[in-house]
Amino acid sequence: MGAHRLPGNLQTNRRLSQWLAIHAEGRVTITPGKVELGQGILTTLSQIAAEELEVDLTRVEARPASTPGSPDEGVTSGSLSTQDSGGALRHACAAARAIFLGVVAQRVGVPLETIRIEDGIFHGPAGPIGSYWALADQALLDCEAPAEARPRAPGERRIAGHSIPRLDLPDKVFGAARFVHDLRLPEMLHARVVRPPARGARLATLRDGTLPGDARVVRDGSFLAVLAATEWEAEAAAARLAARAGWEAEDTLPEQALLIDWLREAAARGERSPVASRAEPAPPAAQTLRRSFHRPYLAHASVAPSCAVARWEGETVEVFTHSQGPYNLRADLAKTLRCDPERILIHHREGAGCYGHNGADDVALDAVLAARAVPGRPVRLLWSRAEELGWSPFSPAMLVDVEADLDASGNLAGWRSHIVSNGHSSRPGRAPEPTLLSAAMLATPFPVKPSINPAMAAGGGAPRNGVPLYRIPALSVETTRLLDMPIRSSALRGLGATLNVWSIESVMDEAAALAGADPLDYRLRHLDDPRAIAVLRRVADLAGWAGRSRREGFGLGIGFARYKNTGGWAAVIAEVEALERVLCRRLWIAGDVGEAVNPDGVLNQYEGGAIHGASVALLEEVRFSRRTVTSDHWDGYPILRFSEVPKVELALIDRPDQPFLGAGEASMAPTIAAIAGAITDALGIRPRQLPFTPENLARA
Amino acid sequence: MVSFSLNGHPVTLEVPEEATLLQALRGPAGLSGPRFGCGTEQCGACMVLVDGTPRCACTLAAGAVTGRAVVTVEGLGTPEAPHPLQSAFLAEQAGQCGYCLSGILVSAAALLARDPAPEEAAIRTALEPHLCRCGSHNRILRAVSRAAAEMA
Repeated sequence: MGAHRLPGNLQTNRRLSQWLAIHAEGRVTITPGKVELGQGILTTLSQIAAEELEVDLTRVEARPASTPGSPDEGVTSGSLSTQDSGGALRHACAAARAIFLGVVAQRVGVPLETIRIEDGIFHGPAGPIGSYWALADQALLDCEAPAEARPRAPGERRIAGHSIPRLDLPDKVFGAARFVHDLRLPEMLHARVVRPPARGARLATLRDGTLPGDARVVRDGSFLAVLAATEWEAEAAAARLAARAGWEAEDTLPEQALLIDWLREAAARGERSPVASRAEPAPPAAQTLRRSFHRPYLAHASVAPSCAVARWEGETVEVFTHSQGPYNLRADLAKTLRCDPERILIHHREGAGCYGHNGADDVALDAVLAARAVPGRPVRLLWSRAEELGWSPFSPAMLVDVEADLDASGNLAGWRSHIVSNGHSSRPGRAPEPTLLSAAMLATPFPVKPSINPAMAAGGGAPRNGVPLYRIPALSVETTRLLDMPIRSSALRGLGATLNVWSIESVMDEAAALAGADPLDYRLRHLDDPRAIAVLRRVADLAGWAGRSRREGFGLGIGFARYKNTGGWAAVIAEVEALERVLCRRLWIAGDVGEAVNPDGVLNQYEGGAIHGASVALLEEVRFSRRTVTSDHWDGYPILRFSEVPKVELALIDRPDQPFLGAGEASMAPTIAAIAGAITDALGIRPRQLPFTPENLARA
Repeated sequence: MVSFSLNGHPVTLEVPEEATLLQALRGPAGLSGPRFGCGTEQCGACMVLVDGTPRCACTLAAGAVTGRAVVTVEGLGTPEAPHPLQSAFLAEQAGQCGYCLSGILVSAAALLARDPAPEEAAIRTALEPHLCRCGSHNRILRAVSRAAAEMA
């Protein structure tokens, strides 16, 4: 590793040629290791590259990530892609521009500073003197990135900082074959998995019998799949096979109705650790609020079931996948297959919207296992809706206990909280053993280890956003990671923030009420961060907070967070209407992500995250029996539909001179908090348990 | 063998009659627009028009469309000659992952065919069978209104 510090993931992938290539025919390819999840990252990264190279955007093609064709950028997660990949590409492309300019300046003998670039053509004082394309030679980029590069100044940007239309959207409105689901390779077979009726069940018996067409069975221990020439044969075969399978199963899940009790019991056996503490002189507590907050398991509920295509050739296997982390997936496939990772070639292809660690990696292993039975032939393995909603990793159930001390003037003097949860990551590639679903079902199974939490320096997992940004002199935040994991848990948009932000904002609302203060004013008087104050003031203006009037049956609430306390800022005001159920009618959102490379893309992410939050707040809860997840269909796991989606108004505070921060996860948790506050405003009750259904509100 | 009109052209597909229309369209017909989401008419990703009416292709037997006219998102328009809805979705940047869009576009086309100037509530009702998990709903509603205005 070189001596100098480089931006983003250039630090760990230091050669320019790992990031971009310039072609004689007038094209640029960039090869980021981050992947398109529906968030528009490839458009953003293309904009950054085109800007720094000073070429037209249409010349830039962003290749889908692959191993070994892309730098290892870890996982596309944590709202970090613009920082990590965009920061790297900005530096790499600015450095590449300088290298090419240096070459042409020397060849032609003109001073470097007199050369300007127009769509890749270099112009000297007397006219064109060359171009990237004429000089295209990958050897020029086969070098380590220099410590210094001079990206274009904010005021000069013509492509970055503008709302360029998404490059992938035309394919999607014309129904083009863009998704991994659409791959059709010659001689491709279709595969389906037969899942057990219970978690941890063992395949004990499998009766013989005929199968439709030339369908064939693939079995390894309790992993059971079928292969057939067509989708209808594969599905018919899977149904027949399911009827012939005998499973040994037992109760392994807690009683759903007693989930909160189970969390407390399991916490007593868990791993408790400090998250943050502060002990500045604090005024005495005049009163103390003691409150508990709970959320259930949550599902990703992606619109498409997970899918992968795999093909074995000799000892090598090629995998087409919508995984968020190509190298991480490769590592866990290699552990499962007990082979050298170099024997596995990963190609990213888009899946439906991804909001965290869903079934993408799991289905890739399933496809690899199924394809092993038919060397040389590609196998497309598609999960069913029931697998997607029932067997993907889930965001774990959580419990937060808060004690907040208020001084004589009603201000926050002390804060003690305890966050109880399974870890929020079972992502592949990070543990000695694979975390892929079917790895635990093989004849020689791998153990399922309890999920872990990312370090607080990386944003934390369960305790993410658990430390209030508000000014509180005495503070202690602790977390307990559960070591029992009855339901496989991992990362979903916001991780622990979805509960932590609401718990903090709910206490702020209640403290404000006790202090006789407006909820907005009370927050502002506990904040020092000017950008936090700015988003709150902006959203208040947008919603007309100061002049609001009471309407029977309606309520307004406010929620704020800075994602991970280091990322994008979001302030949300929600309006709810309390009918027989609570509906969210309107949302106003103010955001700040520093430099917005694609402002419309940022707004799209903020709005999408907020609607996701509204869905979680009002509807979502994974249901399970003592044996398995039962909410494995859309009726059992409803999400917000068109009829109930709130109107949304957004304001983005653009700061082109500030570092860019991520947008995907910032708005979700504050939206949940704002909806909870609006329910209190409408109904006079303080919700304590997600989702805010009539049953749960009746317990408040 | 099943014969019907697909996007204006007669086709004969080698599928058993009990295979689903979606399997026929994505299999032998070679289309990718109609998408599998649930297989139980709960998400709308597979929506196509059968004689002008939105139908979930995931549960409809291929044999049931014999002699009828099926239109998929590919039949609405092309990049060279887009349907006003497709242009409007691009103008509004109405989508994130885009997986739900094929179905939403055909339902919207059916709506505009029977109600050229729908109120927002009517658009919401027409799109109620469709799930969008990314939260692009409001952009989609605006895009349908925009297309209606442009077609007026």
